[in-house]
Amino acid sequence: MVDFLMAYLEGELPESERASFEVHLQICPPCVVYLETYQEAVRLGKSLCRDDSDALPDDVPEGLVEAILAARSRSA
Amino acid sequence: MTGTSASGVEEKELLDRLRRGDADAFESLVRETTPRLLAVTRRLLRSEEDAQDAVQEAFLSAFRSLERFQGDALLSTWLHRIAVNAALMRLRSRRRKPEESLEDLLPRFLEDGHHEKTPAPWRENLDVALESRELRAQIREAIDGLPDAYRNILMLRDIEELDTAEVAEILGISAGAVKTRLHRARMALRTQLDPTMRAEAS
Repeated sequence: MVDFLMAYLEGELPESERASFEVHLQICPPCVVYLETYQEAVRLGKSLCRDDSDALPDDVPEGLVEAILAARSRSA
Repeated sequence: MTGTSASGVEEKELLDRLRRGDADAFESLVRETTPRLLAVTRRLLRSEEDAQDAVQEAFLSAFRSLERFQGDALLSTWLHRIAVNAALMRLRSRRRKPEESLEDLLPRFLEDGHHEKTPAPWRENLDVALESRELRAQIREAIDGLPDAYRNILMLRDIEELDTAEVAEILGISAGAVKTRLHRARMALRTQLDPTMRAEAS
């Protein structure tokens, strides 16, 4: 079933199987809920880390910048 | 501002200066790009010291291969990928946890194909809830709780937004394996989040 759901979500199910699964979805709220909460989990993960990165730009550790530039001139 | 606003001409000029070994060009590149690269390595490594070391390694490896940079991607995109690589190398050497199975976190089904545990809807307006630091920490923890092989793929595809082919190349696995692991990782993330996100739990 896990592989079947994956194929459905990837749009890789054969047409006839996709159609009959969609008929099933009409009469099976738990399956619909599962797919909805799956998409929601994906969305939560994605939005979380965008927030993290928004908070960053003013935060440049001077020591790190200098270490990188010093290492470059040593190796140049 | 960062390289995203740089026009093609500015980008080419910067590249020429870097290739000539212009110290000012290196300095401004490092100052402008470090915050974003550090954000990437912090997300992947969850350790400030390791994250900074990985950024340093990424820059040095980029500087060594400047000659080979073809300009077919933006400099910032190229550096992003190198930083992801540097962070993954560290993750591999760290081996946070032994390779674990994900099976317990995948949905289970009865023989008739129905879910063993009936899925329940999640709370409405999770967007508002996302502003809570606590909830975001829970999501972060759920991602970090996945076995490494799955966590890394979820991070690279959904959060660093690399495409399937790029992730396959970086990890040395097939595109099919990337897709399978990504879906399994997402299903496992869903399972981890389910108890706190259920409507009846709020």
